[in-house]
Amino acid sequence: MTFTSEHLAALAPILLLSATIVAVMLAIAFNRRHWGNATTAVVGLNVALLSCIWLIWSDHPDTIVTPLFVIDGYALFYMALILVTTLATATLSHAYLERFRGEREEMYLLLTLSALGGLTLACAQHFASLFIGLELLSVPLYAMIAYPVKSRRPLEGGLKYLVLSAVASAFLLFGIALIYSQAGSLAFADIGPYFAGVGAMPGSPVALIGGALLLIGLAFKLSLVPFHLWTPDVYEGAPAPVAAYLATVSKVAVFAVLTRYFVEAGGYYQTSLVSVLGWLAFASIFVGNLLAVRQNNVKRMLAYSSIAHFGYCMVGLVAGGPLAVEAVGAYLMTYVVTSIGAFGVVTLTSSAGDERDADVIYDYRGLFWRRPYLASILTAMLLSLAGIPLTAGFIGKFYIIAAGLDGHQWWLLGAVVVGSAIGLYYYLRLLISLFLLDPSKHRFAASLDWAQRAGGIMVLLAMVLMLALGVFPQPFIHLLQLSALAPG
Amino acid sequence: MILLWLILIPFIGGLLAWQGERTVGRGFPRWIALATMLLALGISVWLWMVGDWSLEAVGGVPRWTIEYQVPWIPRFGISLHLAMDGLSLMLVVLTNLLGVMAVACSWREIDRNVGFFHLNLLWNLGGVVGVFLTLDLFLFFFLWEMMLVPMYFLIALWGHNAPGGKGRIYAATKFFIFTQASGLVMLLAILGLVIVHYQNTGIITFDYMDLLKTEMAPNVEMILMLGFFIAFAVKTPMVPLHSWLPDAHSQAPTAGSVDLAGILLKTAAYGMLRFALPIFPNASAAFAPVAMWFGVLGILYGAFLCFAQNDIKRLVAYSSVSHMGFVLIGIYSGTPQALQGVVVQMLAHGLSAGALFILCGEIYERLHTRELSKMGGLWARFPYLPPIALFFSVAALGLPGLGNFVGEFLILLGSWKVNMLITAIASTGLILGAVYSLILVQRAFHGAPAEGAPPLKDLGKRELGMMAVLMALLLALGLHPQTVLDTSAASMHQVHSIYSAAQALTGVTP
Repeated sequence: MTFTSEHLAALAPILLLSATIVAVMLAIAFNRRHWGNATTAVVGLNVALLSCIWLIWSDHPDTIVTPLFVIDGYALFYMALILVTTLATATLSHAYLERFRGEREEMYLLLTLSALGGLTLACAQHFASLFIGLELLSVPLYAMIAYPVKSRRPLEGGLKYLVLSAVASAFLLFGIALIYSQAGSLAFADIGPYFAGVGAMPGSPVALIGGALLLIGLAFKLSLVPFHLWTPDVYEGAPAPVAAYLATVSKVAVFAVLTRYFVEAGGYYQTSLVSVLGWLAFASIFVGNLLAVRQNNVKRMLAYSSIAHFGYCMVGLVAGGPLAVEAVGAYLMTYVVTSIGAFGVVTLTSSAGDERDADVIYDYRGLFWRRPYLASILTAMLLSLAGIPLTAGFIGKFYIIAAGLDGHQWWLLGAVVVGSAIGLYYYLRLLISLFLLDPSKHRFAASLDWAQRAGGIMVLLAMVLMLALGVFPQPFIHLLQLSALAPG
Repeated sequence: MILLWLILIPFIGGLLAWQGERTVGRGFPRWIALATMLLALGISVWLWMVGDWSLEAVGGVPRWTIEYQVPWIPRFGISLHLAMDGLSLMLVVLTNLLGVMAVACSWREIDRNVGFFHLNLLWNLGGVVGVFLTLDLFLFFFLWEMMLVPMYFLIALWGHNAPGGKGRIYAATKFFIFTQASGLVMLLAILGLVIVHYQNTGIITFDYMDLLKTEMAPNVEMILMLGFFIAFAVKTPMVPLHSWLPDAHSQAPTAGSVDLAGILLKTAAYGMLRFALPIFPNASAAFAPVAMWFGVLGILYGAFLCFAQNDIKRLVAYSSVSHMGFVLIGIYSGTPQALQGVVVQMLAHGLSAGALFILCGEIYERLHTRELSKMGGLWARFPYLPPIALFFSVAALGLPGLGNFVGEFLILLGSWKVNMLITAIASTGLILGAVYSLILVQRAFHGAPAEGAPPLKDLGKRELGMMAVLMALLLALGLHPQTVLDTSAASMHQVHSIYSAAQALTGVTP
């Protein structure tokens, strides 16, 4: 096929981000300056984001670029979400790495590379681009997790993620191969009709096993129970901004492609797998929440809570129906804004110069009396994670419950209710410690002028966005409706 | 628009109080909070004076004296729909009045982080006022859950660690989890109702006026009604689900207790009257005997547990459980007298329980204990406090001439026609109430003072003023309840007419 200017325009976010990667690489090679390199990356991400917003704004028609990619409203929405989150991570990394002893600049290179993988996943409509995107997303993450190479825990976390991620990729590839052996194609557009045709008949066990292996691979990345064992260790080991990235972009991108697989490639036709996925969601909600209760480490707690949150999100996907895609989008959007805010506060309170991050609940004791606004932000973010009205989290939960009711998923709805009640317990535990009396000796506090720095401004923006989502969601809902998916 | 301001004024006042502490001074939050609540009270009383509260429903559609509606989330047919009728007016006035009292009673008690305390107190009050005004089920749930957060902070940060209890954070967390989890069940029911309505008409809406006429299959109606009922039963509190209440009360600061007993418990009764009964009349009528038996259980269980309490605040808390049992019986018997009695009972209980909690706080400020076994002989050590406490105790036990008597009498009178057995057992609650109220007075105030105990500092002007206002109002409510009854008559008549039609269908003849 020939590339027209229309194709190039549609691919603009991906091309611009790729150019940014080259620019950052060259900038590091020629002039290694932390601030300068970070700015290059941020400017590039912003330009890519602007092109994305422009495409949404101008109501760009759905464009299929090679059999691999489709740039539709859905892809643009997730690309924008991924780019915004990557930008937030970049500013947080800048705040975090300022006191890091070692080479700081490669972080931005790895980050933009990984984001490119995320963009690829958001517009993948072919198993080849799915796999490429997934690897491009994950491989830089190994290095990002183990970025402070001289410390033990990040190294351990990075290695763990490397090994388990490789295993998951193997499952995924084998699953793809099995599906290919039956459907004879790797494109979602061809697999959808195949599954739809098989759906009426007993179906071939090979395709079923293929679908199952594919889901196992993706469930590893989403850390659904029982494929979640790497999550707490990796989150704990990873530097705080990388943990934020891991909790948001890496999962959102995978969820985006999973949803597209379900809707366009007819994943919904494999009803037995959908019900298995329902059980995974059920288990994730319970195991994630129950294990989070026992944590004293904030990063581990957020790790377990993210397991539970993707369980909730999966409820929306499993429920199916007309509301499913919108509900998943709403949940992911609210979850991302909230998580970035929560991890942002953790990042601002920590610094790479210290021997460990501020990650024990005790480190946050009395933060409200030292840094009232920062603690207020964390309070709001925790309430949002718990799904209390007035915050974004409530809108997400509202969507999930509506989708679940629409799909008559009674057991899963019960799990959402009980899970939220358990979740409240551990969120409140961290929350109240922010307000308890200041211990005489504290090691961690954000610098006094945190709000004037890039990281602080980003956290404030996340807070504003989170409240806007919670109080006046209509514009965001409009955006979600533009990003609907048509079943293939 | 005035209704929106009723909600917004406390929120704005709270923010000013919080920020003012740092910029203006430590006393500033108290004054600003007092001014805010007086302004809100003034507006609500002014509305009472000028409004016409006797608008009868036309063709089964309730009419509102004041209404305000702007779209909020059109995607789901959600709007900021506020409206006020006699019932909401009475509860808004009560909320703002007890809000003034709550600010006044924490004048000396709270000396840590005064600004943040008033932020939480006022936001909670604003949320409750919103709950009483909203006619959109999404907004109702929104405010219902939102008002928990400030209450959580009030208990967890300014509460007491009562000896023998598990601590204030435990109590606050328990309160939050109980009410939030039951609230989510209500959210499920709200969404279920909306979906049923959507399947019938093809319109997604959360508006009360539209959902009121939803046609449902009997079993669907029952399930959805139970979803609402569970949330309200936890908040009321109904007996098997009440265990958060004594903990929360015994650890909460005085203002928190006043707020909790006087106002928050009423939101549940209001929810039953406004939402559960009119939207699900048939299921409610079928469920009524069960609910009424739970009410009886609450009356007796609460009263019996009062005897076993050593902590005065826990005693008053269990007496609230007992009194709210009457409210439950009154609501589900559904006769005009009983429903009117429920309104009076809610107001009277708000005033008397609020006053008793304020007195508990004042005793604690002076004795630094709330244990009855360490009191005794207080009558000789204060001139004013014991007689005032006696007044509110006899009010709580239902002495004729005071508001609680009118409420309980009307409820029992109204429910007699519906179920004699339940009424007869429930009225023993009055006797038990007399016993535990007098035991409270006897153990705390009578007897000989301990050897060489110094006289205690008596109530100051501020405290006496608060008590005088509450006493006067309780007397007024007892001697001339007609003012209140006239105001709420139209709204209660509306509830009655919907509910009695359903009762006739299920074979209960009132």
